[in-house]
Amino acid sequence: METFLQIYNETYKILLLLVPILVSVALIVWFDRRVWGFVQKRKGPNVVGPFGLFQTLADALKYIFKEIIIPASANKIVFILAPIITMTLALSAWAVIPLSDKMVISDINVGILYIFAISSLSVYGIIMGGWASNSKYPFLGAIRSAAQMVSYEVSIGIIIINVLLCVGSLNLKDIVMAQQNLWFVVPLFPMFVVFFISALAETNRPPFDLPEAEAELVAGYQTEYSGMMYAMFWLGEYANILLLCALGSILFLGGWLSPVDIYPLNVIPGIFWMIFKILILFFMFALIKAIVPRYRYDQLMRLGWKIFLPFSLIYVVLTASFLVYFDLLPK
Amino acid sequence: MIAHALFFYFFSIIAIVSAIFVIVSRNTVHAVFFLILDFISIACLFIMIGAEFLGMMMLIVYVGAVAVLFLFVVMLMNVTEQKLSWFRGTKKTGHIPVGLIIGTVILLELIVIVGGWRYRDSFSETEFLSFNSEFTNTHMIGNVMYTDFIHLFQISGIILLLAMIGAIVLTYRKREGVKSQSYIKQISREREDSVQLKDVEFDKGVKLDD
Repeated sequence: METFLQIYNETYKILLLLVPILVSVALIVWFDRRVWGFVQKRKGPNVVGPFGLFQTLADALKYIFKEIIIPASANKIVFILAPIITMTLALSAWAVIPLSDKMVISDINVGILYIFAISSLSVYGIIMGGWASNSKYPFLGAIRSAAQMVSYEVSIGIIIINVLLCVGSLNLKDIVMAQQNLWFVVPLFPMFVVFFISALAETNRPPFDLPEAEAELVAGYQTEYSGMMYAMFWLGEYANILLLCALGSILFLGGWLSPVDIYPLNVIPGIFWMIFKILILFFMFALIKAIVPRYRYDQLMRLGWKIFLPFSLIYVVLTASFLVYFDLLPK
Repeated sequence: MIAHALFFYFFSIIAIVSAIFVIVSRNTVHAVFFLILDFISIACLFIMIGAEFLGMMMLIVYVGAVAVLFLFVVMLMNVTEQKLSWFRGTKKTGHIPVGLIIGTVILLELIVIVGGWRYRDSFSETEFLSFNSEFTNTHMIGNVMYTDFIHLFQISGIILLLAMIGAIVLTYRKREGVKSQSYIKQISREREDSVQLKDVEFDKGVKLDD
C-alpha cells in the first residue's frame, strides 16, 4: 500500500510538471512566431483565439489528423523511435530543474551532469531520424546536426566548469544558492555570452539552423516525417530550447532568486522569477532568430572549435587562478 | 527493497540481452544502437549502487561522445548489411582463430579476476556505496584522483593528447587546389578597394584598369 501511495504521489508530481511544460511549449511557439512577425513588421499569428494564442493548438490538431507516412525504404522501427526519443529526452531533463527552492521533482547531487548527459543523448534522436529515413537530405542534415551538437557540447561543458569552480557543488540548488550575493552573470559575463551562443547552436536555432537549412537540405533530418511524428520532433526541439533557457537562468541569472533582496521583490514567489528569467532568455532567442543571417558550415565549426573552445579554456584558468589567489574557493 | 531488486533485474537483463544483440545483429548500425542501449543500462546500474558520478560520466563520455563517433564511422563506411558468410563456412577467413585466441585470453583474465574477488559477508543485504554521507561521491573521487593518483591521472591525460595528435598527423593531408576563404581578407575589405564609380560616355563603353 505504501509503495502504491508513493508511486501515486510521484506520478502526480510528474504530471504536474509535464502538463505545464507541454502547454508552455505551445505558448512559446506562438510567442516565437509573434516576435518574429513584429520584428519584420508583420502581425504574426493573430487569428485563432485572443491574440492568436490558440494557433499552436490548431496546428497540433492538424498534425494529429494528418496521415503518418513511412517511406517504403525506411527502417521502420528506428524511424518511429527517433521522434519518441527526441521528445522523451527533452522532457525527462526537466526532472532535476528546480523551479523554486521547493519545486523540484528530483534533487540529485549531480543535477548539472544529468542535464548535460541528457542533452548529449538528444543527438541520437536526430541521427536515428536522419539515418532511418534512408534518403539523402535527411542523412546529410543528421550528420551536420550531430557534428554541430557534439562540437558545441564541448564548449558548454567547459563553461559549466567555470560556474562549478565558483560553486563547489554539482547540485542545481547549490548553484542557485551560491548566487545569493552576486549573480554569476556579473563576474562571468563573457562566459554567459558564449553560453548563450552555444545554446543557440546546441538547439539548432537560427543563426545555426544548418541541419534544417531549407535552401540546401529541404528540412534536414525531418524531411521524411509527417503528421504527429513531425510534431513530436518539433515539441522536443522547443522543450529543449526552454530547457537551455532554464539552465542559463540557473547557471548565470540566479534561478528563482529575486534581483535584489528588498521588500516588494523578495515576497514574490520564486517560480515567478524563474519563469520571468526563462522568458527573457527565450525572448532573446526569438529576436536573434529574426535579425541574424544563417552561418555557413565552416564558419560554424570555426566558431566552435577555434574561438569558443580556447576562449572558455583560458577563462577556466583565469577563474581558477583568481579564486585561488584571493582565497575565494568554495570550501 | 523489492522495487530496488526489480529495477536491478530489469536493467541487467536489458544490458545482457543488448550485449548479445551487439554481436548477433546483422545490421552494423543496429549493432551500434544496441551498444548504446547497453551503455545506458550499465549507467543506470551504476546509479543504482549509488555511484551517480560514474554513471553520469558513463553517459556523457561513452554514450554522448564515443558512441556518436562509432555511429558516424559505421554509417559512413556503408557496411550496413553483414553477409555472415564466415559463419556458415562458405568463405575462408583468418578471423576465427585470431578471434578465438583473443576471446580465450579475455576469458582467462576474467576468471582470474573473478576468482580473486572477496565477497562481503553481508552480500544479500544491499547497501549503498555511500561510505561517508558527509561527502558526495564526486568529492570522494576528486579527493583521490587529484591527490594520491595525480601522476597517473596526468599521464593518462598526456597519453590521450598524444593519441589525438598522432591521429591528426597520420590522417591530415595538405591537398592542392582547395578553395577556401580567408576571414581576415573578407572582413578587412573596404568599399574603396572593391567599388569604382565611372562616368560612362554614350556609345563608348568603359575599360577598367585591372
